[in-house]
Amino acid sequence: MGIRPAPGGRAGKAAIGVAAYAVNGMAGLALNAVTGLAALALLGLVLASVALVPVAGLGRAPLGRGLVLVRRLAVFQRRWAGRVLGLDSATDSDPGYSRESGRRRRAGPELALRDPGTRRELTWLAVHGVTGPAPVVAVWAMLSALDYVFFGLRPMDPSRLTTFALSMSIVAIAVVTLMAVSLFRTGQARLARLLLDPDPAPDARIRELAASRAAVVDASAAELRRVERDLHDGAQAKLIAIRMNLGLARGCRDPGEMLQMIDEARQVAGQALTDLRDLVRGIHPPVLADRGLAGAIEAAALLCPMPVEVDIDLPGRLQPPVESAVYFAAAEALTNVTKHSGASRAWVRLRHAAGVLRLTVGDDGCGGVQRAGGTGVRGIENRLSAFDGSLTVSSPPGGPTELTMEVTCALSSPKISHS
Amino acid sequence: MRVVIAEDLALLRDGLVRLLSANGFTVVEAVDNGPMLLRALVRHRPDVSVVDVRLPPGFADEGLRAALEARSRVPGLPVLILSQYVEQLYARELLSDRSGGVGYLLKDRVGDVDTFVDAVRRVAGGGTAMDPEVVTQLLARRSRDEPLAALTPREHEVLTLMAEGMSNLAIAARFQVTDKAVGKHTNNIFAKLGLPPSDDHNRRVMAVLTYLQATPVAPRSPM
Repeated sequence: MGIRPAPGGRAGKAAIGVAAYAVNGMAGLALNAVTGLAALALLGLVLASVALVPVAGLGRAPLGRGLVLVRRLAVFQRRWAGRVLGLDSATDSDPGYSRESGRRRRAGPELALRDPGTRRELTWLAVHGVTGPAPVVAVWAMLSALDYVFFGLRPMDPSRLTTFALSMSIVAIAVVTLMAVSLFRTGQARLARLLLDPDPAPDARIRELAASRAAVVDASAAELRRVERDLHDGAQAKLIAIRMNLGLARGCRDPGEMLQMIDEARQVAGQALTDLRDLVRGIHPPVLADRGLAGAIEAAALLCPMPVEVDIDLPGRLQPPVESAVYFAAAEALTNVTKHSGASRAWVRLRHAAGVLRLTVGDDGCGGVQRAGGTGVRGIENRLSAFDGSLTVSSPPGGPTELTMEVTCALSSPKISHS
Repeated sequence: MRVVIAEDLALLRDGLVRLLSANGFTVVEAVDNGPMLLRALVRHRPDVSVVDVRLPPGFADEGLRAALEARSRVPGLPVLILSQYVEQLYARELLSDRSGGVGYLLKDRVGDVDTFVDAVRRVAGGGTAMDPEVVTQLLARRSRDEPLAALTPREHEVLTLMAEGMSNLAIAARFQVTDKAVGKHTNNIFAKLGLPPSDDHNRRVMAVLTYLQATPVAPRSPM
């Protein structure tokens, strides 16, 4: 068009690059013009169908058909925009059209129109109907200007100055056109993504969730391994020993020896029971099942060597997983107080207000608890992170120490007491 | 001696019926849930009852609740609670009316028939049977206590057995010493803990358990 490839190796390559750039841009613009016109047509179809729905449901079938086409066009445009913006195709998947969205779609056009995904697509459709073809018109205008300056202008006085001025304006228009082509292309891609992408989640939040999920998965995997090992080395091994002893006792001729075998079996059975009890307590303390969080925390406080003031006001019961996490967090905190603080008294406070459960465990001990220091504090944090909970540590050297744990959670209606 | 049994697992219920029948008890009723237990206790007023903590319908602490409710209606009704695990909270609730005739044992203890039957008899007689595990936990919690630290090892052992509910006679048999020697130890223990002396065995056991369950004395802050 306006640019002639200059001879020479490097310059030639540059020119080819520029040409490819221009061709790419132009192709993009042409594509957008086409999809834009399609968008306009579809918009017309959708609007007409919507208008016809009240008339004995006449517009229902075309509306359903139209919405399918709209989605296809939107998906096509999104992918194109993704390629233009250089998004990684492996991670840049189509927006998850949820099962709910599909259900609405099948349930009929009226419900489909209420789906946020469909609404996004229709908004984009209206915008794209205008912005799709518009750049082509603009570029067309610029190219016409170039054409006019190049061929149309016949200066009266072809002096050196006017020739220079004309050449400069040709170059300027060409450069602007070239840049505009590419700018329009990326602009359109960006606009498409802006309108079609579901509300983006902030990166920090995603990282946080990914990290907490990984921690939870790790913790539960480690927990399962521990349970497996404990069972394997504990109760299971002891049951084997019991069977062995009983088998031996059965074959014994000497009554004294037989009694000894049976006694041994009984003793080992007792140990197996102890093992199982300890294991169960670590998985889900029975008192938590029996008495709920308040009773279980009170029971944990009773095992502390220092007086623990327990102040719990919980008008209902929490979801079992939250209850368990909060119980273990409180128990862990109390264990830390017992082991490390040298405190003469401690206190536990539990409240639920405005959808947030707040657990405070404090002591008048030596303080200086570091978040990063003990595994105890990290353990509490991990337990809570599964429920999006937070832990605040206030522990100046010399004390007092106060751990505040917060979990957003709902409270079920008060437990019906069985009397 | 008439006994009511409450246990939801048929295997264990039948075992308990057999075990107690073989040892001279008459099982007047064996139930498998909380509401029926309460009804049976109030109706039969048995000499003693052996109750599993966890019972239907809620599989929580229905057994304990029914027993406590029955004791509030029939004061001093002897109840022995069996459980797969021990909780100080439950021990405290059982002992709170201070009228005796209560027991709280791990289910494992049933395996040692003589000791178990002995405990059932003790509870039937208005005595106390606390699981060694309960007492161990109580003592562990009070390990920093000065009065307890002042006890000699033997006095410590005697205190432990006394807290479990054993009489001087039984303790003497255990250590193969005379009844009188044990009496001397118990007097020392009461003096060191600052408890009022009493000749009544059950009252002494209650005093010891109450002492152990009380909020521990705060150690002097390290300065």
